[in-house]
Order: sequence, then structure tokens, then C-alpha cells
Amino acid sequence: MSEQLKVPTMAEFMAEGKQPEILFWVGSAGSYDDRAKKITKAFVKILNKAKVDFAVLGTEESNTGDLAKRAGNEFLFQMQAMMNIEVLNAYDIKRIVTCDPHSYNCLKNEYPSLGGKYEVIHHTQYIKELFNNGRLAVTGDTYKGKRITFHDPCYLGRANSEYDAPRDVLKKTNANLVEMKRHKSTALCCGAGGAQMFKEPEKGDMDINILRTQDALETQPDIIATGCPYCNTMMSDGVKFNEKEESIKVLDIAELIANS
Amino acid sequence: MDYIPNILFAAILILGIGYFTKNIKRLTRNIKLGKAVDTSNNKSERWQNMARIALGQSKMVRRPIAGILHIIVYVGFVIINIEVLEIIIDGLFGTHRIGTTVLPESVYGFLIGSFEILAVLVLITVVIFWLRRNVIKLKRFLSAEMKGWPKSDGNIILYFEVVLMCLFLVMNATDISFQNMASGNIISKFIAPWFNGFSPEALHIIERTAWWLHIIGILIFLNYLYFSKHLHILLAFPNTYLGSVEPKGKFNNLEAVTNEVKLMMDPNADPFAAPAEGTEDEVPEKFGASDVMDLDQVQLLNAYTCTECGRCTSACPANLTGKKLSPRKIMMDTRDRLEEVGKNIDANKGEFKDDGKQLLGDYITNEELWACTTCNACVEECPVSINPLSIILDMRRYLVMEQSAAPMELNTMMTNIENNGAPWPYNQMDRLNWKDD
Repeated sequence: MSEQLKVPTMAEFMAEGKQPEILFWVGSAGSYDDRAKKITKAFVKILNKAKVDFAVLGTEESNTGDLAKRAGNEFLFQMQAMMNIEVLNAYDIKRIVTCDPHSYNCLKNEYPSLGGKYEVIHHTQYIKELFNNGRLAVTGDTYKGKRITFHDPCYLGRANSEYDAPRDVLKKTNANLVEMKRHKSTALCCGAGGAQMFKEPEKGDMDINILRTQDALETQPDIIATGCPYCNTMMSDGVKFNEKEESIKVLDIAELIANS
Repeated sequence: MDYIPNILFAAILILGIGYFTKNIKRLTRNIKLGKAVDTSNNKSERWQNMARIALGQSKMVRRPIAGILHIIVYVGFVIINIEVLEIIIDGLFGTHRIGTTVLPESVYGFLIGSFEILAVLVLITVVIFWLRRNVIKLKRFLSAEMKGWPKSDGNIILYFEVVLMCLFLVMNATDISFQNMASGNIISKFIAPWFNGFSPEALHIIERTAWWLHIIGILIFLNYLYFSKHLHILLAFPNTYLGSVEPKGKFNNLEAVTNEVKLMMDPNADPFAAPAEGTEDEVPEKFGASDVMDLDQVQLLNAYTCTECGRCTSACPANLTGKKLSPRKIMMDTRDRLEEVGKNIDANKGEFKDDGKQLLGDYITNEELWACTTCNACVEECPVSINPLSIILDMRRYLVMEQSAAPMELNTMMTNIENNGAPWPYNQMDRLNWKDD
């Protein structure tokens, strides 16, 4: 990205004796995965544009443990959780935003009983808030009239009943939103959840992401919008499998808004 | 001698209800083999869930055709059973249609008339249900777990309904005084002419036979429930009350693990400390579940409540793409194993004797468990708040924490998290490098 991103850390805030408005939880995918890093940067671009006083934990952030929990390793999950909670509480964090619905769900629902109580929001909810507060506005026509279909992440939708924020945000681009036959509470998983991202699927007729991509292709979209780094990978692979990567883009809502 | 029918009736009634009570006690005992769960929170939300989901059938209409048909049978079942009250009073006290003496004729006629209309609607619906199961061959009724008894069970219930509804209508059609009253016989007046050739005595015998068979049929049906998927007509109510009131994505944190992790992270803890006085003989709690006794009571109630409709399985991404996992089978296996354990306890004077079997492996395979994406589609679909996902997760916990039997790639992923705080082998110190890429 040409422009320089401002990414202050909590340690820097602490050194200056200040508190940020919000902590941006980058998550493991957002920190290390090449595709997801672009989503992270797009979101930072939005935060910079809206002049949000945010911070990241940087090298003090560690995996939430969500993956381990879903794989059945409650020990590893709780160890990760308690380490992270120690850091978060030491910085007196009140509010957290993240681009990863898995981190969102885990921080919001599973950290409190271990001593980590924060207000946790998904980046689509935060972008919506920035729009509503007038801190952010869509200025260009990049996506006007484009056919966009949104794939609900399981851990934002069914897991936490948030179906509106991503759609409300997408509407701001003046795109033509089209729904897949399975959407909102009936949306089909992309196939990555429950730690499936990190293993080969069990024997079957087809891969889940291929079936889900079919759902998306039926809407004849220009863009498949996602709200989760793992969904993004799965849907991108599905589009490539169908040799449609030239005509159909798979973009996170943060990228769509950052570009519009 | 006049009292013989009354005594006979009372005896049949006591027998029917007595045997049912015995089985309900067995069911309760089996459920209590599971771990206790605290469900004392959010009382008002729980009552609302029960009213909305069980009583109000709100989730049934997610599938409009099956949903509306089901509501017809449900309403029919509940309302027509008011008639059973009259039958019981008549049977015990030797009266005939006590309702006609205590209610104004118009009210009584309205009630019976409604029952008759509902009976016809139920008959039509049951025929459609039968066609859906046996002729149209809907995919969700054809899964591997639906072969044999589960398939017969589904049909037997439908035949029961047909017989009971027909007996009710014949009973009304051959009741001369009821037909002469000409109020409430809205359907049966069209059936009555079929019996024109019969003498009043013969009609009376037919009417009595239909009456007796109707009440005996209902008692048999009541007792069939325990052996059938049809228990949901009762258990849907406690099950929706006890179902989760948390966001679906929230998985429970194991307390036993929390205690150990806290101890591990406490710099002042003595790793060589002897266990506290009196706890030496305690068996440490098993992590996760390998058998039904390791599950909690709500999960076991879930298993008895499942009516094998298969909505969960038909929404499961793993199942839709041909994997072995079927959330419905998880519930059916749990119930089958729980019944097996219950019978073992009955046969061994109240004590479970190890039978060398368990839920994991003998019923549910690792392959099924590892195919789950934890997407919550099954939980979302269930019309009576069953959570197959929680059982899958508890069994994964056993596999990972007690047996270290996770798939190799997952072990690699978890080792990475343990070593460098990310599922990939990247250095923790590089976590912010993305900003300068």
C-alpha cells in the first residue's frame, strides 16, 4: 500500500500515559496469513481515515485459543486465554474490535468467565458505528451497481445473531446486494470452522467450500463479500476451483469500504 | 353386574397409566446418570422459549410445508384429547357423554364438531406425512441411520393416528342419541348413513367397540412413546425450557481445566505438593466425554427428545458434502447407548456393570466427530432446541485431552499455538510485521 499506515501499539500508548478509544485485535490470520494481512491493512486504512484513536497489542498479542477449543483442547485454550487476559487487563482494555469472527466470538463469549470482560465488536459492526457517527462516509462510486453477495460467517451470524451490520455497511457502497438461497440463519458454512481450516476434510463427495461457492455463483455476483479471513480463503479457493477468479472477486467488507 | 364395565375400565386405566409412569421413572433415572447442570438462570427467558418454541411451534415453520402440516396434527392432538377427559369420566362412572348433561347443547356440539373437523384434517395430514416418508422419498428420511426400526417407528405412529381418528369418527357416527341430537356431528353425519342397514343393537355394539378401542388405543399409544421417537410430544416442553439461553457460539469453559491451568500459571504453586487431605482417593474428573455418563443431563434429555426429523442433518455442511457425520445420528446413538446402559443397570440390581462398550467408538466414530465444522446449523435448525454440537465437542475433548488422538495436522497446529502463539510456525516477534510489508 502506497500510503503509510499508522499502527500504534498499546506499549506506546502506555509509555505516553494515554488510553486508545479501542483495541484492534488483529488475530493470528490477520497477522500472518498473506491474504488476511490485506484485510488487516484495509481495516487500518479505514481506522486512519476515520481518525480513530486505536492501538494494537503487536507482539504482545497471542492466539485467542479459539482454534484449540474447537478442536477439543480445552487446556491449550484456557492457557492462551489466561495469558491474553493478563495482558489485556494490565492495559485496562475496555473495548475490542476484530476482523475475525472467531476471535470476536471467543473474546466476547468465552473470555468473561475466565476473568476477561470487555466490550467486543466485529469490524463490520464498528464500521457501521463509524458511518452512523458521521466519522466515515463513502465518497466514491467504486461499487455502485455492482452485484455483491454476502457470505455470512457462522461465528458472526448463527453464533452471535449479527446479520444486519455487514449488510448495512455494504448498502453504503450503493452496490446491488443479492442474497444466496441459503443466507442469514440458514447460511452454509464455508468449511473452515471447527479447526477444519488446518486439516484435510474427511472422506466425502465434495469439499464444503465448493458447495458454498456454488451457492454464491448462482447469484451471478461481481463480488463475493466476506467478513472473516478464513471464509475469504475458502471462498477464494472455491472461485479458483471454478476458474472464475478473473471475473469474480472475493473481498472482505473492510476492503470494500477502504476502496470506496 | 352393571359395575363390571366400570371396574374393567378402571383396571385398564390404572394399568395403562401405571406402566407409563414406570417407564417415565426409568427415563428420569437414565437422564440422571448424566452430570447435573445449573439451569436456574434466566427463568423468564426460559419460560418464553418454551411458550414460543414448544407450545407455539415457532421453529417448525422454518420449513413451511412440513411445519404447517405438523401444526395441524399438533393442534388436533391437543384439542381432540379434551374428548379423552369425557371418555374417562364416562368410563369410570358409567355415564354416557357426560358433556351433554353438564354443558349446553350448543357448546357441546361446537366442541365435538371441532374435534370432528380436526380429526379429518389430521387424517389428511397423516396421509401426506406417510407419502412423504414412503413414496416421495425425501432425502432426509433416507439416511443410513433411518433404516430398520427408526423407519418403522415413523410409520407405526402414523398408522396409530389413522386408527384413532377413524375410531373416533365411527364412535360418533354409530351413536344414535348423538346423531339424533344433530349438533356437533358435522362430519359423522356423513358417515352415519354407511351404517343404515344395522339394527339399533348392532349399532350400539359397534359404538361401544369403537369407544373401548379408542381409549385402549390411546393408552397403548401413551405407552408406546417411551419406546419411540415420539417422546418429543412430552419432552419438547422441558427440553425447550432447559435449552441454552446463551449465544450459540459460546461453548462452555471446563471448570476442572480452569483449576488446573490456574495452578499451572500460579508462580507460588508448589508442583510437588501432596494432594489435600482426604482427596487422595478421588478419581480425577475425566476431561470430555467417551460415554453417556460423561455427558450432562440436558444432553441426555436432548437424546430422548429427538424425534429424528433430520432437519439438523439436512442442514449440516459435512453431511451435505457426503461426510459420515449426521447430527441426527449423534442424538440417536446417544439415546440408544443410554437405553443400553439403563437396561444393564436394570439387569444388575441397580448397578452398572462394565459391558466393555461405550458411546465413543462403539456408536460414534472419530471420523464423524472430526468432520464437524462447529457451524451451529444443526442447533439452529432443531425445532425443539436440541444441541448435537455440544456432544460432538465433548467427545472431541475426550479424544484430545484423554487420548491425544487428534488428527496429525491438528496436533501440529496446536503445537504451534503452544510454542509461538499462532497456528502456523511463525515467530511471535514477527506478529506486527504486516504493518511494514
